[in-house]
Amino acid sequence: MTGPAWGLRGVTVRYGRSTALEDVTLLAPTGAVVALVGGDGAGKTTALRTLAGALRPESGSVAAPALPEIGFMPTTSGVWRELTVDENVSFVAAAYGVRGAELRSRRDALLTQAGLDRVGDRLAGHLSGGMRQKLAFCLAMLHRPRLLVLDEPSTGVDPVSRVDLWRMISQAAAQGAAVAMATTYLDEAERASSVLVLDAGRVLLSGSPADVVAHAPGAVFRTDRPTVRERAWRRGREYREWSPDPSSELGTRLAVDLEDAVISASLAKEAAGG
Amino acid sequence: MADPLVSVERVTRRFGDFTAVDDVSLDVAPGEIVGLLGANGAGKTTVIRMLLGLVPPTSGMLRLFGERPSRQTRQRLGYVPQGLGLYDDLTVDENVAFVDHAFGSSTRTLPATLALVRGDLVGTVGLGRQRQLAFVTALSHSPELLVLDEPTSGVDPLARARLWDTIHDQAERDVGVLVTTHYMQEAQQCDRLVLMSHGRCVATGSERDIIGGTTAVAVQTARWQDAFVALDAGGLPVTLAGRHVRVADVPASQVRRMLDDAGVDAEVADVPATLEEAMTSLDRAMSGTTGR
Repeated sequence: MTGPAWGLRGVTVRYGRSTALEDVTLLAPTGAVVALVGGDGAGKTTALRTLAGALRPESGSVAAPALPEIGFMPTTSGVWRELTVDENVSFVAAAYGVRGAELRSRRDALLTQAGLDRVGDRLAGHLSGGMRQKLAFCLAMLHRPRLLVLDEPSTGVDPVSRVDLWRMISQAAAQGAAVAMATTYLDEAERASSVLVLDAGRVLLSGSPADVVAHAPGAVFRTDRPTVRERAWRRGREYREWSPDPSSELGTRLAVDLEDAVISASLAKEAAGG
Repeated sequence: MADPLVSVERVTRRFGDFTAVDDVSLDVAPGEIVGLLGANGAGKTTVIRMLLGLVPPTSGMLRLFGERPSRQTRQRLGYVPQGLGLYDDLTVDENVAFVDHAFGSSTRTLPATLALVRGDLVGTVGLGRQRQLAFVTALSHSPELLVLDEPTSGVDPLARARLWDTIHDQAERDVGVLVTTHYMQEAQQCDRLVLMSHGRCVATGSERDIIGGTTAVAVQTARWQDAFVALDAGGLPVTLAGRHVRVADVPASQVRRMLDDAGVDAEVADVPATLEEAMTSLDRAMSGTTGR
């Protein structure tokens, strides 16, 4: 079902004396979506830019198709605000040599799916945030890239536009593209084929969402009164508490989800001295 | 029950011909965390601006602590805007001092992680710490109501959990909280949700109330790409979920028929919709009725 994997193997990237990524392996198989998760400064953008060939790692290897076969959507969304929707499409089409019947069919299919087919003459700067991100996605997809690299396509996008965006991303994978995307939304990562959680430039967790959940360190309990406050958090009015020791009896042991798993791994890392 | 901190009754706000908020009612009681959800343009920001006293309602009644929003009510409210509202060119300490001066408050202690960078310009500290600082300044004058606009966007899950701990601690001290979020898992942190669409309040209650009878169809198959392509070609709103696909708000029988026609062997089951799917479906229904 899935073909050769693009990706990073054991990649380290430094900016001067600071290490942005350390020994990071990221696999992006064709026909699948890999989600990169982490907070601001975790290394998501560096990993994606390295994959797209914009940064050269100090060590490790990068497997990616040739540049014309990569679609890249930067965090800043990569649309030209002073151009109309149609002009944005024409501009990118010219850059990638997409023309004639192919351009018309791609433009119609992508803009219709994005709900942008009736606003072709609107300035991109006048679109809502969600519409602008969908346009950026269309631009990244226009030339049918084999590897699609998306840097936080859904950040700040409202939930309704996010459903559209996720449908378009799913479709790209269903049609055989390898998709690597950064996200701060764990519910989105949970729907990806695999997840890579980064923290301060290192891999905190990786695997399919089910694997990541199954291999979360320690255990999570539901409790009324946390024993170690720093290891407790809330979901609604209930406390959850993490313990490195699965046999501890802090309360009812819970089946964890991806959010609990990432919090557990972050706490385990803190407990180990950061 | 205690008097509500926020009382919005049948409020409408127009800007020229445009109705940003249309006949909306909502309450926030002391100690209650109310989540305000909705797509861009739903009217959430206009509701917040009215609560802050920046724009008056065109009609209806809006009360904060039983009064019309004013400078006096602003003193009793803590606000964390989406852009955080900090002064990048001032240090952490100077930001705190400025807010203390404006509100006549006195912040004595900073969380340890913030104390480490107290002399640094805010523009140079990480986003996680900036969010923490925005909370410290919003809470410095012991407000009775917190208004939080997308409070945790861009932070990692542990930092998000800790910010929510702060929010719950406040609610336990009877502070009311009105919070907007685009993050559906955060909706689970709220006691009650209010869903807005195209200026109107379209659903209210728990996550379960809002999902109501909306269902989705889960399709399990080894050939998910084929299933996806077939359902997509049939015009259904199909999405990927791990290694299976989902279709919101259509009957399972329709999905099964399309897959049979395409020769894709699959297990098809009705499942409850996610909050996001239910919201999208309510929002689409509203777009149909308002023509916007």
